Amino acid sequence: MYNEIKKSQNRLDGYEKVTGQAKFGADLNFGHQLYAKTVYSEYPRAEIVSIDISEAEKLEGVVDIITYEDIPGENEMFGRFPVLAAKEVKYIGDGVAVVAAKSKETAEKAVDLINVEYKEKQPLFNMKKAYNSKDDLVHTDKEDNIIEHSHHLMRKGNIKEGLQKADVILERTYYTPFVDQAYIEPEVIVTIPDPYREGIEIHGSIQNPYSIRENVAKIMDLKISQVKVIHSTIGGSFGGKDESVMLMAARTAILAKRTDRPIKMVLTREESMLESCKRHAYELNYKIGAKQDGTIVAIEDEVYTQGGPYNNKAMFANWRGSVHATGPYRVENVKTDYYGVYTNTIYGGAYRGFSAPQTVFGSESLIDELAYELDISPKEIRLKNCLKEGDTFATGQKFGPGEIPAPLADIIEGVCEHSDYEEKRAEYKEFNNKHNEKKKGIGISCTIRGAGLGGEGIDTAGATLTIDQDGSINLISDLTEMGQGMRTAHSQIAAETLGVSLERFTFINTDTSIIMDGGPTVASRGTLAGGQAVIEAARKLKERLKKVASKKLDCKKEDIVIGNDLIYHKQNKEKTIAFEDLIEVCLNDLGISLSAQGWYNPGPEELDEETGQGKAYPTYVYGCAVTEITVDIKTGKVNVDKITAGYDIGTPINPQQVKGQLYGGLLQGLGYSLMEEFEQKEGYLKTDNFDDYLIPSIKDMPDIDIKLFDIEDDFGPYGAKSVGELGIELVAPSVTNAFYDATGRRIREIPLNLERTLLGKSLSK
Amino acid sequence: MQKIEINLTVNQRSYELKVKPNKRLLDVLRNDLNFTGVKEGCGIGECGACTVIMDGEIVNSCMVLAGQARDSEIITVEDLESENGLHPIQKAFIDAGAVQCGFCTPGMILSTLNLLKENSNPTRSEIKDGLEGNFCRCTGYKQIIDAVELAAEMMRD
Repeated sequence: MYNEIKKSQNRLDGYEKVTGQAKFGADLNFGHQLYAKTVYSEYPRAEIVSIDISEAEKLEGVVDIITYEDIPGENEMFGRFPVLAAKEVKYIGDGVAVVAAKSKETAEKAVDLINVEYKEKQPLFNMKKAYNSKDDLVHTDKEDNIIEHSHHLMRKGNIKEGLQKADVILERTYYTPFVDQAYIEPEVIVTIPDPYREGIEIHGSIQNPYSIRENVAKIMDLKISQVKVIHSTIGGSFGGKDESVMLMAARTAILAKRTDRPIKMVLTREESMLESCKRHAYELNYKIGAKQDGTIVAIEDEVYTQGGPYNNKAMFANWRGSVHATGPYRVENVKTDYYGVYTNTIYGGAYRGFSAPQTVFGSESLIDELAYELDISPKEIRLKNCLKEGDTFATGQKFGPGEIPAPLADIIEGVCEHSDYEEKRAEYKEFNNKHNEKKKGIGISCTIRGAGLGGEGIDTAGATLTIDQDGSINLISDLTEMGQGMRTAHSQIAAETLGVSLERFTFINTDTSIIMDGGPTVASRGTLAGGQAVIEAARKLKERLKKVASKKLDCKKEDIVIGNDLIYHKQNKEKTIAFEDLIEVCLNDLGISLSAQGWYNPGPEELDEETGQGKAYPTYVYGCAVTEITVDIKTGKVNVDKITAGYDIGTPINPQQVKGQLYGGLLQGLGYSLMEEFEQKEGYLKTDNFDDYLIPSIKDMPDIDIKLFDIEDDFGPYGAKSVGELGIELVAPSVTNAFYDATGRRIREIPLNLERTLLGKSLSK
Repeated sequence: MQKIEINLTVNQRSYELKVKPNKRLLDVLRNDLNFTGVKEGCGIGECGACTVIMDGEIVNSCMVLAGQARDSEIITVEDLESENGLHPIQKAFIDAGAVQCGFCTPGMILSTLNLLKENSNPTRSEIKDGLEGNFCRCTGYKQIIDAVELAAEMMRD
């Protein structure tokens, strides 16, 4: 029995958020601050002939203007991003110059006065053309346009022999677009010259403070410890507030140092959509071989992921994709290859799911097509092939007791029963026979997802807990709160471990100068890895408290229990001391440190890079969704009526927050399925704000029913695994599968906007 | 551009201001008067993060010019908490898990306030109509609807 976890508790930062007091980046103002604005490229690919800033410099109120010539250190950050383009612009979001002025309006005017002369070049937009090109290169120091370390593969069994055993082979290609995280808060950076260490201090909407610190130090030619990064309250990120804020931090750092004044840069929505990373656009080519009874014998796939001109992430996302390309199924013969490709377009990066929404759309459409080809129920074909005890994953990892749990069959059965899947399939068939204007459909999809970073990197995390004189407890993690509720989950874990109440906890925003870098807040690892660090810190404090209490209560340390804010002898309740009183003894009488650091290090995962075989992830989470839709045959409009979903995410530390993550993910997935897409024409964005980049409104929300399967798995803190990214990935395939069920038409490219559903193609392509 | 003098009542307090007539109400509230609970998300009246109540009506303050706001009465999220504590809507948003990143929350709460003023017992479908102008990217809206229902219940009692 737990007191503080597995319990829906109100979030610790709720009060400041409902009263408008929470300080987001744009709410920060410092004396004498200047406002910075970037001059962006005018062409998707061009040589920079000259940059004339003389007119802008004359404008009253302009304090400083920088170009590539003013960068103190290297003009290249992680992922090949230049702070400002030097010789060539490689996409329309490249920065060329930055203005700092006394007002926002003046900065805007000055940007228009900067005259850049370009010599246009023929851009490389098409991913396959770029992939095949050896003479037209986005980066001329390379031999091809394949992103460094982005080719990841999986080899299991023998693909040729596997396909020969098949009674039926399907070959299919699926496409997914670039999409935006579309957090409601646009990016903000405020950078202050730091006189105490001759360095700088950076605030703002920063998902990963440590990587920003490293990159800024490099371009500023400063020591890493001279750069201090503190994130503000973050208005959503979902992976996105990373590359763009790195560029903003670098540019404002240079200006802050030169002008010796605080520099504030707030992106407009248009700038955010232009300059921030997107979910990579994918082309997924699949070949699946199966027996007549539906048993899958082989899957071969080749996946191309579009990266744009710079790339922080394809090498990681493609690895994650390659592990999961065959879905949650037992497949003896696998051949998978993922390639990231440079193009002169907007660029790909992290967005909730990090390859999963694309890959799962491909693999779950594929198995659905196989089901219809073999005239087997989509549910039954999944049940037949899904990973069960004794099976091995594409990575060779074994599932079963004492190893990795394999609960997917139970989840599929549970969700199908709960949603009356088979009954409704029959019912909708009947309905469709009688109705011509409206058609109803039901679709299913399921997934497996590696928990945490796995082979992408070591899943380390750090946390420091400090108990103060009044018994309040401060928690600092190296991981960031972006709205997902991590600080509440961490505090619940700490409270549970220490045996005290949640009300004691306060939390501070991550500050790179006071806690060590434990890695980025990504891969749904905030609770998984961060929670383990919190447990370790809490256990250290608990040991110290027990030691003091045993002397005070005159008993053995082993007999001491801490619970409900009391410290007592486990059999003799008369020997009790209140938490506050014990703290006073520790701090005032004995001078004992009540600050402890926890560090979690599961060690690196072991993998064979030549075959992809090995322990890719220590454990996995699972999900299954059933989606019901209505299609208006006259207009092509698809309405999602209901989503029933089941997940195994391990122990829900805070069930209300867990559901909030899943609801939010599902609705982003609905946007991905039906409406979200960046339209580009000749390298220019046709969608750059919420009037044409559509995201789901409250009116688009379907009926959602979620069931949590809390399957025992000892790996995470109190059995908790990952949840943040899981919600989004099941929606698109279940919607397109439902569309097929409704209309008999298979659409292999999302989103299912009116053009695609009505005409079978996109008018803008 | 010549500045104009305007009078604004914000959260029951009157302000005399000299501003450019084309300055957005959003900037007047955030920058001149420091009501930073009003947020800017898109600048084109689509997302609802800058929602305020102006003379009893919900408006996107990024789409209202200072000149148009002359002599009006504005309510921002900062007005809701009183000496008795949080407003029931604020409490309900916390209790129902309707807050994640919190950036849309001030606007969402003000739209809820106006909705419940007009309809003290809205159906889920009426709640959707009332909050249509406010985007939230984190919650998937379900717990926001739960919060509005909870707030309505608390306010009726």
